Amino acid sequence: MRSERRTGEARAAFWMLLPALSLIAVFFVLPILASFLLSLTDFDLYALASPRNARFVGLANYVRLAEDPTFWKALRNTFLFVLAGGPASVAVALGAALLVNARVTRFKTLFRTAFFAPVVTTMVAVATVWRFLYHPRVGLFNRALDLVGLAPIDWLGDPRWALLSICLLAVWKNFGYQAILFVAGLQAIPESLYEAARIEGAGPWQQFRHITLPSLAPTFLFVAVTTSIGYFQLFSEPYVMTPDGGPLGSTLSVAFLMYREGFRWWNLGYGAAIAFALFAVILIATRLQLQLFGRRA
Amino acid sequence: MSRLALPFALVLLLAGCARKTETVVRFWGLGREGEEVKKLVPRFERLHPGVRVEVQQIPWTAAHEKLLTALVGGAPPDVAQIGNTWIPEFAALGAVAPLDERIARTPDFRPADFFGGIWRTNVIDGRVYGVPWYVDTRLLFYRKDMLAEVGFPEMPRTWSAWRTAMDRLKAKNGPDKFPILLPKDEWQQPVALAQALGATILRDGGRYGAFRSPEVERAFSFLIGIYRAGLAPLVGREQVSNLYQDFAAGQFAIVITGPWNLGQFHDRLPPERQGDWATAPLPAPDGQPWPGAGVAGGASLVLFRRTPVPEAAWAFLEFLSRPDMQAQLYRLTGDMPPRASVWQATGLARDPGAAAFARQLEHVEPAPLVPEWEQICSKIPPALEEATRGERPLEQVLADLDREVDQILEKRRWLLERNPHPHAF
Repeated sequence: MRSERRTGEARAAFWMLLPALSLIAVFFVLPILASFLLSLTDFDLYALASPRNARFVGLANYVRLAEDPTFWKALRNTFLFVLAGGPASVAVALGAALLVNARVTRFKTLFRTAFFAPVVTTMVAVATVWRFLYHPRVGLFNRALDLVGLAPIDWLGDPRWALLSICLLAVWKNFGYQAILFVAGLQAIPESLYEAARIEGAGPWQQFRHITLPSLAPTFLFVAVTTSIGYFQLFSEPYVMTPDGGPLGSTLSVAFLMYREGFRWWNLGYGAAIAFALFAVILIATRLQLQLFGRRA
Repeated sequence: MSRLALPFALVLLLAGCARKTETVVRFWGLGREGEEVKKLVPRFERLHPGVRVEVQQIPWTAAHEKLLTALVGGAPPDVAQIGNTWIPEFAALGAVAPLDERIARTPDFRPADFFGGIWRTNVIDGRVYGVPWYVDTRLLFYRKDMLAEVGFPEMPRTWSAWRTAMDRLKAKNGPDKFPILLPKDEWQQPVALAQALGATILRDGGRYGAFRSPEVERAFSFLIGIYRAGLAPLVGREQVSNLYQDFAAGQFAIVITGPWNLGQFHDRLPPERQGDWATAPLPAPDGQPWPGAGVAGGASLVLFRRTPVPEAAWAFLEFLSRPDMQAQLYRLTGDMPPRASVWQATGLARDPGAAAFARQLEHVEPAPLVPEWEQICSKIPPALEEATRGERPLEQVLADLDREVDQILEKRRWLLERNPHPHAF
C-alpha cells in the first residue's frame, strides 16, 4: 500500500514538474547541445548567408583556442580578477554585514539599503560615474591621491592598473548582495551561544573566531561558490568601462572575448568553443572549492 | 463564435485594404541622422502618395550588432544607413541588393558627381551596393596661434616638417602639454598614414595581410616616434573627457578628427579662441604630392535584398541622395555631402573650415574592402600600442599581425577558391 502511494506521488510529481522540465529542456538543454555542435563548426558570418559556407571542423576551434595568445591572456586576466576580486568582495561583504548586524549600529535599514544600492543600479549608469572617478586629471581618486601627496595613477589607461580598477568597481558593485547573505547567516546564529560564551569569559575576538565564523561556514561556502562562478563570467564591468578590452588587452575577460568573437565578429563557432572552455574552467574551480571548503561546512 | 467572426473578418478586411492603399518603407537611421531624417520624410510622402516612411533611430554603438541580428532574425529594414566600412560584410551576407541597374535606370543620377574615393567604398567586385549619403574623413584641426609661435604660420605639408613643428611645440610648451592628440584606440590614423605611403594593408585580393611592408613599417615608426617623444599622450578616446576645453587651453595644439567637429569647435570653443583655429589636410610623406591620403569614411544608404517594397524603397533611397535633399541634410546636421555639386550649391566649398575637407576628399582611399575588416582593424591599435611601449620589436609585431590577419582571412580564401565572385556567396 505504501509503495502504491509512492508511485502515485511520483506520478503526480512527474506531471507537476513536466511543464518546468520541458521549459528547461527547450530553453536550456537544447541550446547547450546546439552550441556544443556549433563549437565543432566554423559557423561565421558567411555561414549566416548560406549554411553551405559552414564546415565541420571537429576540435579545430579548441586547438586554435589553445594556441590563441588572446585567449590565454583573457584567461589569465579572469583568474587574476577572481583571485583578487573574489576574496576582496567576500571580506568587504563580511565586514559590512558585521557592521550592519552589530547591536550598537543605528539606522540599520539605511545602511543595508546603501550597501545594496550599487547591486541594483544599472551597470551603464555606474560606469559613467566611475569613468569620471577614474579620470587621470580631474577624477576624484587622483584628487584624493594628490591630497595625501601621492603621484596620480592612470587608472584605466595603464595596463598595470586597469584590471585592478575593474576589480575595485566590481567589489563595490557586488559586495552588497553577499553582505545580505552574510546578514541572513549572522541572524540565524542563536544569541544564546554568544551569551554562554560571554559567561565563560570569551572576548569579542574569541566570540567571532569560535562562534561567528564556524556558524557562518555554510554561508561562506555558498557565497564563495556563487561569487567565483559569477566573477569567472566577468563581462559587463570591463565591457562598459573599457569597450576595446583595455590597454594592451589588460581588461579582456574570457566572457568578453566570447562576446567579441561571437557577436561583434560573428565567429559563432569559435565563440561557442570559448563558452565551453569557460564552462570547463568554472566546473573545475567549483569542484575544487567544494573539496576544499565543503567538508568543513 | 459567430458573434466574434464578423468583427474579426472586418478587421482583416480593413487591414488588407490598408495594406493595399499604403506602402510602408522601413528606414533605419543611425545616430543624429536617424533623428534629423524625419524632417525630410514629409516631402517624400507628398511626392509619393500612398507611401509612408517609418523611421527608426538606432545609436551608432549598437547599429552593427542590431542590423546583423535583425538580418539573422529575418526582420531587416527596407532601407538603412550603414557605415561604409560595413558594406563588404553586408554584400557578402547577401543582405543588400546591387544597385547598378536601378542607378542606370534613374535619370539625373550621376555617379561621377560623387567623390571618387568615397564612391569606391560602395563598389565590391565591380558592383555598386550603396549610395554615399554623407562623407567623413579625418584631418588636422590645429591652433594657428600656437603653430605660428614656433615658426609655422601655416600647417606644414610634409611629414618631416610636421614632426619638426611638433618637436618645437613640445620644447616650447613643456612636458604637460601635447603637440597632438592621437587616440591610441583608433585604427584610422595608422591606416591613413600607411595608405598615404602606398601601402595596400592586404594583398592578393584581400586574401592575406600585408602589414610586413616597408610602407606600413614606416607609417608605424612615424607614429611610434611621436608617442615615444611625448608629442602625443598614449591615451584612448574615452580618456579625453573634454576635447574642446583641452584644445582651447592649449593642452593639445593639433587634433586629428572629422567633419562633425567643425560645428562643435564653432559652438564649444570660447569666442576669444574662434580666430585661433583652422583645419588642414593631412601632410604628405616627404617627396609625395600633398595632401597625404585620408581614409574614405562616412555612411551610405543601402537597399535590403529581401525588401517586399523594392520600388518604393529605392524611390526613398534615391530621394535622400538628390542634391537638394543632401543640401538639406547638411543644413540639418552639418554632415558633409558626398556630391561635389552640393558643395558648390550650399556654399560649403567656400567655408574656410570646410575647404580643407574639400581638398582632402579628393584624396581619400577606402579601407580594404573585405567583410573581415571590422575584425582586422581592431587588431591594429593594440599592435601599435605594443610596439610603442617597446614590449616587442616592430618587425615582430607586424609579422604577428600578418599571421593573425591571415588566420582571420582563412575562410575568405577557402570561399574564393570555391567561388571567385564573393558577392555571389
